[in-house]
Amino acid sequence: MNQRYLIPLTAVFLLFLLAYVGVEGAGLQVVFGVLIPYLALLVFLGGFLKKVLGWAASAVPFRIPTTCGQQKSMDWVKQNSIDNPNTTGGVLLRMVFEIFLFRSLFRNTKAAFNRNASNKLSYSWEIFLWAGALAFHYAFLVVILRHLRFFTNPVPECIGWLEFFDGIVQLGLPGIMLSGVVLAAATLFLLGRRIFDAKVNYISQAADYFPLFLILGIAATGIAMRYFTKVDIVGIKEFTMGLVTFNFVIPEGVGGLFYAHIFLVSILFAYFPLSKLMHMGGVFLSPTRNMANNTRAQRHVNPWNYDVKTHTYDEYEDHFRDKMIEAGLPVEKKE
Amino acid sequence: MSDELTPDEALDKIDFSPRSPKDPSNWMDTTQNVQIRPGMYCYAAKAESVNTLGLPNAREWNPIEEDWKLPENWQEILHNGIKERLEKFRTFKIFMDVCVRCGACADKCHFFLGTGDPKNMPVLRAELLRSVYRNDFTTAGKILKKIPGGQRLNGARDLTIDVLKEMWYYFFQCTECRRCSVFCPYGIDTAEITIMARELFNLIGLNIDWIATPVSNCYQTGNHLGIQPHAFKDMLEFFVEDIEDITGVDCTPQFQKKGADILFITPSGDVFADPGTYTCQGYLILFKYLKEKYGLDVTWSTYASEGGNFGFFTSHETMKRLNAKMYAEAKRLGVKWIIGGECGHMWRVIHQYMDTMNGPADFLEVPVNPITGTRFENAASTKMVHITEFTADLIRHGKLELDKSRNANRIMTYHDSCNTSRGMGLLDEPRYVIQNCVDQFYEMPPNTIREQTFCCGSGSGLNAGENMELRMAGALPRANAVKHVHEKYGVNTLGTICAIDRAALSTLCEYWVPDVEVCGVHELVGNALILPGEKEREEDLRMEPLPGLEEE
Repeated sequence: MNQRYLIPLTAVFLLFLLAYVGVEGAGLQVVFGVLIPYLALLVFLGGFLKKVLGWAASAVPFRIPTTCGQQKSMDWVKQNSIDNPNTTGGVLLRMVFEIFLFRSLFRNTKAAFNRNASNKLSYSWEIFLWAGALAFHYAFLVVILRHLRFFTNPVPECIGWLEFFDGIVQLGLPGIMLSGVVLAAATLFLLGRRIFDAKVNYISQAADYFPLFLILGIAATGIAMRYFTKVDIVGIKEFTMGLVTFNFVIPEGVGGLFYAHIFLVSILFAYFPLSKLMHMGGVFLSPTRNMANNTRAQRHVNPWNYDVKTHTYDEYEDHFRDKMIEAGLPVEKKE
Repeated sequence: MSDELTPDEALDKIDFSPRSPKDPSNWMDTTQNVQIRPGMYCYAAKAESVNTLGLPNAREWNPIEEDWKLPENWQEILHNGIKERLEKFRTFKIFMDVCVRCGACADKCHFFLGTGDPKNMPVLRAELLRSVYRNDFTTAGKILKKIPGGQRLNGARDLTIDVLKEMWYYFFQCTECRRCSVFCPYGIDTAEITIMARELFNLIGLNIDWIATPVSNCYQTGNHLGIQPHAFKDMLEFFVEDIEDITGVDCTPQFQKKGADILFITPSGDVFADPGTYTCQGYLILFKYLKEKYGLDVTWSTYASEGGNFGFFTSHETMKRLNAKMYAEAKRLGVKWIIGGECGHMWRVIHQYMDTMNGPADFLEVPVNPITGTRFENAASTKMVHITEFTADLIRHGKLELDKSRNANRIMTYHDSCNTSRGMGLLDEPRYVIQNCVDQFYEMPPNTIREQTFCCGSGSGLNAGENMELRMAGALPRANAVKHVHEKYGVNTLGTICAIDRAALSTLCEYWVPDVEVCGVHELVGNALILPGEKEREEDLRMEPLPGLEEE
């Protein structure tokens, strides 16, 4: 059995059960609904901040962007000002494309080798990872923004708009929210790659499967509540507003499923700063992307630059003087 | 090399599916089975070379022997070394933390494509070190290693001798080409991670000789090949004789001339071995032309006689120690600015590191081409201009008389070298020069040029003789693209602006595409440029008959 994904899968299932049974069997609503969410939020904020500040505290000794296009040189040579920016404006654009559109991933190719008469290596455009990743992240974002409905009163108008467009495909009742479906589908796709693609399978660790299962668990419990068990929305809104206003309410008639959902979200929050999910913060700070390629035009200063021992010209000439004189090379001292 | 593995045998070994996805094992279980295998590794650094620079743990050792003769506290040294570098390099810290193992980089590495070895996937190469980082430096790692099985869940492991050997083997199978970094959604640059790993290895004396000895030579004699001053002069004079035979013009260069306009520095490989030597002759012809026509005063130096910098493959400090000569010599000679020859990693160092390390170069002037009036704003601070920028500018302003017909036998394609494309962005200048010297020019497929160019497979100090199987495997993606244009358009010449390429691509072509020759861009310039007072040329710089004169 493959421990790398069976253990995380089991763990997510046990976490779900823990919260469900804890609430249904032991009446621990306060623990799973109030204490743990607050704790998770604290861990998330503190951990995230600590990590980002930790990165920021490290020096940037050299300006080493990865250049992905023509440099700025002479006026008549057309520069690629986005992929090889030499100005802050260009860097900004590059970062916007990177963060919002995953530009680097968009370039992705798939290599294939045909062992036949031509023995050709070929590279084809591979769009699925980009599409899957983009769908995943944007769906997740929309889902999170939609959930602000539970934490605001009155609900800002823009959230209503978002829900309107999210539910634009009218199917059944309550109406299907696209974001939830896309999120679940994209997560399954990302999971499928890890399981079935030989290369990705080889590099995947439990730490890669765990967040995927966790997010699937969150999506599944959410979808179940919305479409199947039809939880008491009014009660939940009272509960969530209680969290926001520190005026806790444990509503009647909201069952274990809801607390399991909250608990899995809490786990995700707490796990976030300890894990690779921190790529969310890191992408902003990556020196190969967020620096201008103008090191020859403007000097970059290394804060810890120190003097080193070099082999000076005088030492060199002392060593080779006779040979240099004999060869007719100029010297500083004749002997 | 070929006596060990024929191209066909090498091709038979390629498989991009590392193992069945059904195989439940973890790659970390395979560490003990890693065999450091002849053909795939470079010999250990000689004690003598390590001593020249006073680097740690100089001794004779052999990677395929059990005992690597490490200092007793090697784990502590590496631990502290990692810790220090995490604070000094934001790149390192972020690249250790944010990889999501999406696999986008997996099939971008020429070594993976050429060997199919899953540990040559850039992500996995980085994971070799990242697994140790996670174990010893992260909160999650410190908690999880106390729980049975926790380490494994975290993808973490202790730094054991087997882990060290595995890292050593694979970080010397990376040429720091940065191709993976182009595709990474977070810009994670395996070159940077390899640089850190090699810096760490050097703390406990684990360099390879193909790097350590050139470094030692460069430090003491002024260049990687250890060419002493009188010999350096002799070698250039030998080229001068050849050029005089071909053109009837004396192109004798100046050495260490105080008050010259420009100091010229190129990799010593250009002075030493074919076909780089023809490129070197191209420089001599160009500078002679500019001297005669426009009075441009260029000097060479035997002290700063190395453009390349194998220190870059050793540690940041060693890089700085070797690079310091360029500015020191420019200052001593009182030149206005510097031109650098055709080289790859040399230009990554100059473009992204030199000014920061050894600047500010306030004793030099902002480079202005006195012939065209062009001010090289992109080099305003570092004050060093790439020769293809310089030559392209001259051609653009119609300052060179070029006779393309003398290169009419060349059906060209152009190989972007890794460092100038992904660590600088020098893409169109060399193409412009080539297209003004040659009529027939065809690009290789788009996924194999410009920022997606493939490494020659021998960069970053791996162009030794003993690791030929590795080099030829890494060369496959580049060779495959060359073969494509060779078959489709009859391309017979592969142009390049990198000294290591000139050596490595020649071997690559000989192995994979035997009908293609390699030449530097300024070899083409040297052939095409009409020197004032030259005789009717009958031969090119290779002393082969010019096109049209073959029968005579």
